[in-house]
Amino acid sequence: MLEPSDVKKIAHLARLAVGEEEIPRYSRELSNILAFVQQMDAVDVSHVVPMAHPLDAIQRLRPDHVTEQDQRALFQSIAPLAEEGLYLVPRVIE
Amino acid sequence: MKPKTISELSAGLQTGQFSSRELTEETLKRVQADTLNAFITVTPEIALAQAEAADARRAAGESGPLLGIPIAHKDIFCTKGVRTSCGSRMLDRFIAPYDATVVTRLQQAGAVMVGKTNMDEFAMGSSNETSFYGPVKNPWDPQAVPGGSSGGSAAAVAAGLVTAATGTDTGGSIRQPAALCGVTGIKPTYGRVSRYGMIAFASSLDQAGPIASTALDCAHLLNAMAGFDPLDSTSLDKLAPDYTVGIDAPLTGLRIGLPKEYFGEGLDPQVGDIIQEAVRTLEKLGAIIKEIRLPSTHLAVPAYYVLAPAEASSNLARYDGVRYGHRCDHPKDLLDLYTRSRNEGFGAEVKRRIMIGTYTLSAGYYDAYYLKAQKLRRVIREDFLRAFEEVDIIAGPTSPTVAFNLGEKTADPVTMYLSDIYTIAVNLAGLPGLSMPVGFVRGRPVGMQLIGGDWQESQLLRVAHRYCYC
Repeated sequence: MLEPSDVKKIAHLARLAVGEEEIPRYSRELSNILAFVQQMDAVDVSHVVPMAHPLDAIQRLRPDHVTEQDQRALFQSIAPLAEEGLYLVPRVIE
Repeated sequence: MKPKTISELSAGLQTGQFSSRELTEETLKRVQADTLNAFITVTPEIALAQAEAADARRAAGESGPLLGIPIAHKDIFCTKGVRTSCGSRMLDRFIAPYDATVVTRLQQAGAVMVGKTNMDEFAMGSSNETSFYGPVKNPWDPQAVPGGSSGGSAAAVAAGLVTAATGTDTGGSIRQPAALCGVTGIKPTYGRVSRYGMIAFASSLDQAGPIASTALDCAHLLNAMAGFDPLDSTSLDKLAPDYTVGIDAPLTGLRIGLPKEYFGEGLDPQVGDIIQEAVRTLEKLGAIIKEIRLPSTHLAVPAYYVLAPAEASSNLARYDGVRYGHRCDHPKDLLDLYTRSRNEGFGAEVKRRIMIGTYTLSAGYYDAYYLKAQKLRRVIREDFLRAFEEVDIIAGPTSPTVAFNLGEKTADPVTMYLSDIYTIAVNLAGLPGLSMPVGFVRGRPVGMQLIGGDWQESQLLRVAHRYCYC
């Protein structure tokens, strides 16, 4: 069972400003989901090799050549706040 | 002009019975009058320009089954210059700066995009009720959900708004809505279709595929969609066959396995009866039916709800309110900007999954959850591989019930998760799966799922094709 303090910690790690009033609901729902996935414990898989890719394919590499073009203006045209080629965020260092 | 199959429409275009422009205008009229909420964005200017281009290509001597055919894209595929929302407030004003490979390839084949279809937010849902743009109604019964997450695409095809649409499937998101809406949809083998430009949910499971009214139409679409793409590092470098070749070959001697576990507790008995009737039809068509075992079936949903949220929590970390997407008003500092933008931009189900994933990946819990689920993933795949030593394909219900009512399962997330009990294992194993309509219970469609071995899409399409023309 996740305590309200656990939910607050998870929400912080996930960078979600979950409201105080929502904490009990998340605590209940997340606990239910975790209890459900606990069914995994019914089998012993200590000897099994974990599977990251169904066909056990490995990451393909490509030659280290520049293929991207400069599309900064296009990308920044959809930014919430950009100026002179820079993304603007609240001041980090006083 | 009644909605028809791609093959029928293509014949009409080829004989000059109508032009792509006329066909597209007609389609747009239907789409704009839609009352199911199947579309998030309609793109009439792009559609008409692409239709005229298709007409010009045909006039210049080109032909092809998709040339001039209006289709819709699930709003998870990036479409250059067009809003790509992924069903989320987070991307409500996101105009994609490039096209997904699936979009590019279908456009090159001459398909005309009429709009972007509604979906569960970030493809997380089985009923289309998590969409920021509201739920989609099932065309067979407006009280019923269309399934999800590709609910808009399935409903649009079932209602005849468009002849075909694209979808994506992470745990059943093509097959389950296809079943609940009475249409055909196929999730190809993992790595068969490029994921480039397809907004990521759980990258090791996500795969794109077509939804249409027949298996042959799905084959036409898959021909354009499948194949190696250097832009997707998980795309497999393997030549895609022509999926229409051999699609009408008889089923004589084909061994079809029925997993005992797919016909047990939880399956609506009336749905089970319809599936058994479809099995008898396949037997009459020459198939040999065998009972098989997939003993780890019950572990698939629990393992999935560790793996998919873990990958989602990582994939969705990019939505930070800085470079694109929703940004909160008046952030007081950088942390406030991140946390409030994300809390406002994401809906409840997405937040639940991000938090589950964050928890299971956090220090001290990784081995107990993520690693364990990855091990179960291998156990589940090995179940299937053993079954495929005895049979050529596997058949069963796509979903344990017909479409449920809007609001019926929203109160309890775990109940909703269990509606994908037969489809999820297929994603975990990376295998191709298809859903085809086989009947009705209480006026709502029933879908049969066909599961194949790696790269066996042609087999599945062939069985579905023979079934519907028998």
